[in-house]
Order: sequence, then structure tokens, then C-alpha cells
Amino acid sequence: MDTSPPEPKLRALYQELILDHYRRPRNKGMLEHPTHAVSLNNPLCGDEIDLHLLVQDAVIRDVRFVGRGCSISQASASMMTQLLKEKSVPQVLTLAGRMSAMMQGDAAAATDKALGDLRALAGVSKFPVRIKCALLPWNALTDAFKSSA
Amino acid sequence: MLDAARFRADFPLLQRQEHGRRLVYLDNAATTQKPQAVLDAILDYYRTTNANVHRGAYSLAIRATETYEAARERVARFLNAWAPEGVVFTRGTTEAINLVAGAYGRANLRQGDTVVVTAMDHHSNVVPWQILCQEKGAALRMVEITEDGRIDLSDYGQALERRPKIVAFPYVSNSLGTVNPAAQLIRLAHAVGAVVVVDGAQSTPHLRVDVQALDCDFYACSGHKMLGPMGSGALVAKPALLEAMPPYHGGGEMISKVWDDHSTYNRIPHKFEAGTPNVEGAVGLAAAIDYLERIGLEQIAEHEQALAKAAIERLSQIDGVVVYGPRGHRAGVVSFTYGDVHPHDIATILDQDGICIRAGHHCTQPLMRRLNVAATARASFYLYNGLEDVEALATSLVKAGALFGYVPA
Repeated sequence: MDTSPPEPKLRALYQELILDHYRRPRNKGMLEHPTHAVSLNNPLCGDEIDLHLLVQDAVIRDVRFVGRGCSISQASASMMTQLLKEKSVPQVLTLAGRMSAMMQGDAAAATDKALGDLRALAGVSKFPVRIKCALLPWNALTDAFKSSA
Repeated sequence: MLDAARFRADFPLLQRQEHGRRLVYLDNAATTQKPQAVLDAILDYYRTTNANVHRGAYSLAIRATETYEAARERVARFLNAWAPEGVVFTRGTTEAINLVAGAYGRANLRQGDTVVVTAMDHHSNVVPWQILCQEKGAALRMVEITEDGRIDLSDYGQALERRPKIVAFPYVSNSLGTVNPAAQLIRLAHAVGAVVVVDGAQSTPHLRVDVQALDCDFYACSGHKMLGPMGSGALVAKPALLEAMPPYHGGGEMISKVWDDHSTYNRIPHKFEAGTPNVEGAVGLAAAIDYLERIGLEQIAEHEQALAKAAIERLSQIDGVVVYGPRGHRAGVVSFTYGDVHPHDIATILDQDGICIRAGHHCTQPLMRRLNVAATARASFYLYNGLEDVEALATSLVKAGALFGYVPA
């Protein structure tokens, strides 16, 4: 019977930083008066996110989220919220593009400092079925600006 | 217990490796692998017998029709159906239930009537009834479950006091492995005049089913969950009910005469089989039944119960693992959670060891809400699984625990 420790690919997927965000999510909760509120779920695995944004003059002033789901989706949401504050809408949409590129295995995106803690999720690109988990909060974010357009 | 390794030799897919490991396939409640005998039967059908059925006057078409109808008789014998014409081939359980809702339900349900389902039903035995009830202005009453995952019989009794027109429940729960007291539930429902629909997706592959002994009115099953091909399945019904029902789908084969403005319909079961049927599916399903019968459904049931028992015992030894569902008698389905390791993460980690399990809500969201979990991990067994698979599952689960800091790496 195999009792070898988890392999490096899994270690890379489940880094301390990811588990930390999963267990102690930042910006968890709801805003009292959000300008944008989006609920998104992944019917396949049941991951859920409610994303609240306060946008003034096309700048994100505040952000909160409530979610249920796997470590990847919830860590991604927590890490995302850390990056959004005081950024303009075009800036965060650019970030969403970088995140998506990193999930497609883009090495330059994976080392892009603009992605902050999210770079820890680069390993997800090796697990194609989990990419949608990592992108769930980002899809909620882009939906928020689609629906207000 | 059965010699699982010997059966594995019959399944080409189970000879494969995943991530350099022996494939340990534990997602049998979702679908099962196919033995060579089933693959051969399908190939042989296309090589020697293929023609459209119930149409041609030539020998090949007659042979194809005979082969198709022989498959129907095989299914009828397997489930002890009332008659071969009481077996309607469908794409699976989902279509069979939709057929009952769409044909029987549409014709018989009235505004203010009640349909009863249970909180452990698969979405395929909930949503068709929701759609029907919404269309008819009827009420859908969902029977509660007990804490250990059985149908709450006192709530079932209360639901029956509303004298429902239709009662639907699963013989075996796909999420919890609960084996419901089907004969008793049917007797109680009949006593208040209800027609009973049994979701047999998880019972047909795993235990001996006798629909006449159960005395249900409709019984739905899927071929692909019992070693047969995807897109095969059947609705087994009391012929008199089928006779009285309007058709479900319109098209060729289901008609008797077609006039400009109306049609008369074919005899049962053909009335419910519009269009060219899935003959390869029926042929493959019959071959799967032959394979299962050679082993014996009683032996298979016993084997799976032993595996479930071993899995529950083994997993319960791991600190932080919670197993859902009844502790005693149950089918070979084991749903569990492990601390705050999300089932989806568990499935990814186990996959690296070649172990296939299901993670999610298992198409039973009302049940998941009652268990107060968003998702569970689920291992489900079949005749080709052995105790070595239970051990592989437990070992890999400990690795997941190590990654999430539950056990030292």
C-alpha cells in the first residue's frame, strides 16, 4: 500500500497561503449599501459566492463577499477582495484578464506582482477541472460590471 | 465476498492507470464501467443485425426487431415485470420519470391535487413533479427524513393524509445509500388511492428487484448504472396504466394511423417509443443483465454491503471524518465529509492516487440542505471493487488530511 507523502503538484496546489485565505477569508461579509451585488454559483460542485461592491466615480471603494465552497474558490475570492480597493473599474477588469491568463498557464501572468497573493493559485492551471473554482469570484466581478453597463 | 479482482479482468477500462496508479473506480452511483461482454454485444449488433426496427419487411430488419424485443423480454424477466409490453425503453431513469409526469400526470392531476416526493429524492424525481404541479396548480409535498437519513415514516403518514394522487420515492438513496422499505411505502400509498412511482436508478443494479412483489405502479431504471450503455433504460409499468395514458412524445412508431388533423396510436409499449429507438442500448442492457444474473443480484448486494460496512468502519477511524446516512443496513454508497477539507478538494487529491470519487450535492440539493452541508464526498461500490479499494480510499484520504494539516505529513 502506498503511503508516500502527497506529491509536489498537490503541495503546490494547496499552499499554506491558500489554506490561510480559505480558513481566514479577508473582507468576508456584506456591505450595507452596495452599488453592485452579484450572486454566482457553480451548479456542478455547489460553490457559491455573493459579491458586494461599493463603486464611486468608477473606483471600487469597498468590497465584501460571502461564499461557500472549496478552498480554491474561497481563497481566490478572499485574495481578489484584497486587490480591488481603490482600483478603477478598467484596472480590475485588467486584473481579471491577468487572472484568467494565469489559469490558462501563462507564465508571465503567474509572476505578475499585480496579482498579489493570487499568484499562489498558479498551480491550479495544472488541474483543469478546478480552474472554474478559481475563476468563480472573478466571473462574479466581471458580471457586476456587465449588468451595470 | 466476491472475488472483485477476477471481475475487474472483465472490464477493459479498469485495466487502465490514472496518474501512474491502478484505477480505483468508486463512482458507481454516477455510472458504472462496462464489461467486455456488453461491449461485444453492442459491436456484434452493429456487425450482424443492424436495421431499423418495426419497419422493414426484409430478414435483416426482422432480426433487428426480434433482437430489440428480446432485450425487452430480458428486462421484463429481470425485474419480474407484469408483461413485456409493460416495459418502455427510455434514455434512462430521468426520461422514464418525465414520461410518467408528462403523460400519466398531465392526464390525471387536477388543480388542488397533491404529489408526494421525499427530501432524499434525486432532482430527477423532484423537478419533473415540480414542473407538473406548477402547470396544474397542484401542491408538491416533500416528506422529511430522519437524522440518520431514512424516510420519516410519521411525516410520510401525514403527507398521505392529503390523499395525494401520486407518490414518488427512491428505492435506494443515491446520496446516502438508504434502502427504503419500498413495499411498505407502496402499501401505505395505495391505501389512500395514490399511484406510486419508484425511482429504481440505484436499486436495480444492486439488489434483486421484483416489481410485482413490490406492487408499485411505475418503476424507472437506468442501464448505464448497471454495466449497460449510457442512454439505455426503462420504465416498467402496470400495462393497464400505460393503456389508459396519453402518449408522451409524438412521431413515428408510436402511431397507428395519421390523418391530416389527428392520429390514432400504436399499442403499448410502442405508443411511448416515438422515433427510432436506441436498439444498441437495449441490446447492451440485455447483455449487462445476463452478466449480472450470472453472478447473482443477491451475491452482489451482499458484497456491496460488506464493502460499505468496511468503508464506514475504516473512514470513521480517521479523526474528523463524518459519515452520513444509516448505520445499519444500506447499499454500497458512503457519503462523508472530512473536517473543513471541501469534498471538491478531497476529490482532486484522491484523483492523484487514481481514485475516482464524486464530490458535490449528488443532484440532491434538498437533502444536502437538510444535512446542513453544501456538498459531500461520496464513494460508491460495485462488484469489481474490493477491500483493497476501501484501503486505498482511506490511505489517500489521510494524505488529504496531511495537506490540510489534520494529520502529520
